Amino acid sequence: MNVLAARALKKSYGGLEVVRGIDLAVASGECFGLLGPNGAGKTTTLRLCLGLTHPDGGEIELLGEPIPARAREARMRVGVVPQFDNLDPDFSVTENLLVYGRYFGMPAKAIAGRVPALLEFAGLTGRADAKINALSGGMKRRLTLARALVNDPQLLFMDEPTTGLDPQARHLIWERLRRLTQEGKTIILTTHFMEEAERLCNRLAIMDGGRVIVQGTPRSLIAEHIERQVVEVHGPGAPEVMRAWMERAKALAPRVERAGDSVFCYAEDVEPILKNLTGNGELSYLHRQANLEDVFLKLTGRDLRD
Amino acid sequence: MNLRWIAVWQRNMLVWRKLIAAAILSNLADPLIMLFGLGYGLGALLPSVEGMSYIAFFAAGQLCAATMFTASFESMFSGFSRMYGQKTWDAILYAPLVIDDVVLGEIVWAASKAWLTGSTILGVAVVFGLANSPWVLLALPAAFLVGLAFSAVGLIMTVLARGWDFFSFYMTLVMTPMMMISGVFFPAEQLPAPLLAVAKALPLYHGVQIVRPLIAGGPPPDLLLHLAVLIGYAAAGYAIAIHFARKRFSA
Repeated sequence: MNVLAARALKKSYGGLEVVRGIDLAVASGECFGLLGPNGAGKTTTLRLCLGLTHPDGGEIELLGEPIPARAREARMRVGVVPQFDNLDPDFSVTENLLVYGRYFGMPAKAIAGRVPALLEFAGLTGRADAKINALSGGMKRRLTLARALVNDPQLLFMDEPTTGLDPQARHLIWERLRRLTQEGKTIILTTHFMEEAERLCNRLAIMDGGRVIVQGTPRSLIAEHIERQVVEVHGPGAPEVMRAWMERAKALAPRVERAGDSVFCYAEDVEPILKNLTGNGELSYLHRQANLEDVFLKLTGRDLRD
Repeated sequence: MNLRWIAVWQRNMLVWRKLIAAAILSNLADPLIMLFGLGYGLGALLPSVEGMSYIAFFAAGQLCAATMFTASFESMFSGFSRMYGQKTWDAILYAPLVIDDVVLGEIVWAASKAWLTGSTILGVAVVFGLANSPWVLLALPAAFLVGLAFSAVGLIMTVLARGWDFFSFYMTLVMTPMMMISGVFFPAEQLPAPLLAVAKALPLYHGVQIVRPLIAGGPPPDLLLHLAVLIGYAAAGYAIAIHFARKRFSA
């Protein structure tokens, strides 16, 4: 069963089409990733699905409810972790959960009953009475996650859940999200981190310019869209050396890309490239498996998006 | 009518309760110092105004002015801080509330806080013998209505504001002159006719026209007209605030 189905979604802001015909279907129990460079329309898509902004065209069904007509009813069973923490700085950790539960019409006793488990889940048991400003970035994120779970939602929306976190904090969030999917919750997240998407998502969609370019499992996207091996060549030497070598590489690998002083060679078999590089003291290189980031860059380009 | 806005009201009340000492000091000490300072100071020079001692006359005006200030500060500065600085409204909107609920909760909250200011001034006036008829009890709902009118108008400013300085225009160009011409310090009827006409178009004048007779101990003349203006400001302010809030939050 689909917890989210969106068809032909469209949204413009001031003449600029931010979302240009998006179709999405997310099945119950999935962790679904929405990837894309800045300005691809990810956050707008999430806001449309939550009924926070109304589409110019298209249809949305969230947990069986038509959006935006019955968005409130749908949001009763949804949790949201926004891109920027907006915890209530006037309240302590526990009070944040108590006050937030009220917005779902939960009785104070019922919320209070859930607080210990939520704090435990967020790893904040010892911080129950701490002020928000005294929490680290990772703790705030975990509390925001706990807050999103206060109503025991079926579906969790997360907008860049680990942006700005250190590796320890990020791994802890990943572990918790896996726990949630094991409990049967559905997660829809946006991210810039391909590693995060590869690790967490059963399925993902890559967006660019307001459209979904491709959808699939991380493995299938890598298999379909990119050669298996990558050799990254970095030239500490003169740019001419690099340029000359790149010309030669084009004969040895089916796809060669240049970004600044680096050259990326993509191929199923990179032996010819490696052989060519052995003993070449002017160039340093790294040989690795192609990953989702390579797919992403191939499909959305290497240009900056600010 | 749904009651979801109550959760927003409760949230603000909870914060107020945590910071109660500072909240009470700033909302009550100021107007009371002004009441006694001006009331006794000027009162010593004036025989009686409209048949009341000057301090009782001024108490009625000060009750309404202080209620106006509390309602406006809460709906504008505190409301803007919640909406813009802390993004509290955004967080609330992920839950099953809509912006209309938030706007209503904020308006009723600011009116409640303003009511507390107004009713405390009334209490002090009664304790000091400035008012002693049972009619003064009706000043309690009147203060709440004054609070609602100014909270609703203040919230329009809040949802339109792009920054903090926006409020100084409203404060300096609207609130301060309104206080001067609405019969707070002296009878508005002694103003030049055009100024009196302006005062009559604004809500503060009508609040004072209701509260002053009640403090004097009788029913206010033209009560329905005054009520209608205050209710009109509250209702129109609410509708306009919702219109602009929806616009702001659907972008």
